[in-house]
Amino acid sequence: MSEVSLETQRRVEQFLYRQAEILDERMWDDWLNLFTPEGHYWMPASPEQTEGEGQANIFYEDHYLMRVRIGRVNHPNAWSQYPPNRTGHVVSNVIVETEDAASGDIVVRSKFYVAEYRNDEQRFFAGKYRHDLVNSPDGYRIRLQRVDIVNAEGPFDYVLQYWI
Amino acid sequence: MAGGNGFDIDALVEPDRVHRACYADEEIFEREIRQIFHKSWIYVGHESQVPNAGDYATTVIGKQPVIMARHPDRSIHVLYNRCPHRGALLCNQRSGNTGAAFTCSYHSWQFKMDGKVRHIPIQSGYDNTRFSLDDPDSHMKPVARKEVYRGFVFASLAADGPDLKDWLGTAIAGIDDMCDRAPEGEVEVVPTCFRMIQKSNWKIFLENQLDAVHPSITHTSTGLAAQKVEQEMEAETGKPPPLSYHYISAFAMDLDKWGALDVVGHPHGHCVLQGYMGLRPSDPDTLEYEEVMRKHYGPERTEEILDVNIHHLLVYPCLSIQSPLQQLRAVRPLAANKTLTEIWHFRLKGAPEPIYRRALDYFYLVNSPSTMINADDLYNFWKCQVGLESEGGDWVSFHRNAGQDRVEDGVATSNIGFSELPMRNQFEAWRDYMAAEDGA
Ligand code: FES
Ligand SMILES: [Fe+2]
Repeated sequence: MSEVSLETQRRVEQFLYRQAEILDERMWDDWLNLFTPEGHYWMPASPEQTEGEGQANIFYEDHYLMRVRIGRVNHPNAWSQYPPNRTGHVVSNVIVETEDAASGDIVVRSKFYVAEYRNDEQRFFAGKYRHDLVNSPDGYRIRLQRVDIVNAEGPFDYVLQYWI
Repeated sequence: MAGGNGFDIDALVEPDRVHRACYADEEIFEREIRQIFHKSWIYVGHESQVPNAGDYATTVIGKQPVIMARHPDRSIHVLYNRCPHRGALLCNQRSGNTGAAFTCSYHSWQFKMDGKVRHIPIQSGYDNTRFSLDDPDSHMKPVARKEVYRGFVFASLAADGPDLKDWLGTAIAGIDDMCDRAPEGEVEVVPTCFRMIQKSNWKIFLENQLDAVHPSITHTSTGLAAQKVEQEMEAETGKPPPLSYHYISAFAMDLDKWGALDVVGHPHGHCVLQGYMGLRPSDPDTLEYEEVMRKHYGPERTEEILDVNIHHLLVYPCLSIQSPLQQLRAVRPLAANKTLTEIWHFRLKGAPEPIYRRALDYFYLVNSPSTMINADDLYNFWKCQVGLESEGGDWVSFHRNAGQDRVEDGVATSNIGFSELPMRNQFEAWRDYMAAEDGA
């Protein structure tokens, strides 16, 4: 763990909270803007996995695949989105792992807890995030977000239609 | 509908419609487990899941927990997952390596990979008792029958019945097609297995797999979204979009094109939907792969292999195979209204990496827990289940193109992709299994 200034800690936390809000409020244009043009959202199929490329993953999406997912859920014939699901994210335990002295790029770990409601049923997801963030004058952007969900290997009783 | 200790199966299954009880009745479900899943051949796993001595993988055959294990002599054994001492499960992990023996966590009895006792503690306690190692009950119980075809391990809990090859009949093409597409003639499993629980009857899943009407309706949202991104990508990068986008944009193709596919019904309920979207493009990766294939097989045999035109094949009641993309879904019924599918994909041994990536992309886009395709299928399945549990009607209609199939040597064919031939064919087999004498 690296010693970071209170200001950096605060900026990083605000970024993570903002991402959670974007997901819960379904602000998809803002979602895409969170990532660098080459950025990836990655949920491995097991905690041992060390890379997403060329592996079987639960999620491994770049901008283009994210756009397909957004296009799909916004389409009036996305049948399993009637009724739509609603989510509430809590992000916590924010630990900055490294801060690059020159660029201000950040690697940060955190924990999440998500409640999802759909069709009279609630599901809960928990796990950890590891964000690889690029620093820029207009804020951080995600180069790689790794999401380890605690039940990665478990059976799923209904698919994950959105990023967690 | 229950009469004596049986059911009037003929009252449930007519040639062109079936009674909703087939999907909703728990007693019928229990009979399916006994008469179908505990008798017919059931896919257990692929031998590459257990490459080394001591490797094991667990699953279920019907309601029976089983272990597939690799013996040091390389043989594969399928054993009931039960300790002969006081009955504890021996393995409760999905897979692993157990070394020289399965050791029971309760009193440390040990068993070799063929299920034979290796060691029992406190031997002297068995002096002057009826306990004997000559008694099969002292060892782990093997399944009644087991056969391995090109690495695919099947087991049957019934001592009698057709052997695997006879039972598969022409449906063996699904396994052959998958293996033949490998330059080395073999496939190797990728260890990640996605498991999905469907809140619906197992037959709804199998019927959907060869339902050529549903894709352009159920999956329209994803098909159109993928089509749009394909265009954007081409405009933004100046390059054609990767083949993987086509796997999902193809779902937006006109209904008529799906109708042009052929459907075939084989004995024992096995079925095939023929035709495939853009299977043999002429991009550099495909051309390189075809070159490797010709080196192994020669030009003629290569053409034969690549000409096989299977979109989807069902090995009834346990498997859905997409051989050209090396995907396989094993069906494990849990209750009348609950089904587990184990989803696997494979590498073609000897094929270049980009060819594997196609299987991987399909596995991700269609079969992963974040799938944008099966999301809507699963929802339809659940809705069907709820409707079939209601009293709003008694029958499920399979009338489309009924009576118009060509039948030759027990094989029914229709060149109308929309024909509900596959559903009728599956229920013909279902009726035979279910009407058979108990225990017969
Ligand atoms: S139950 Fe297995 S050793 Fe006793
Ligand atoms: Fe579908």
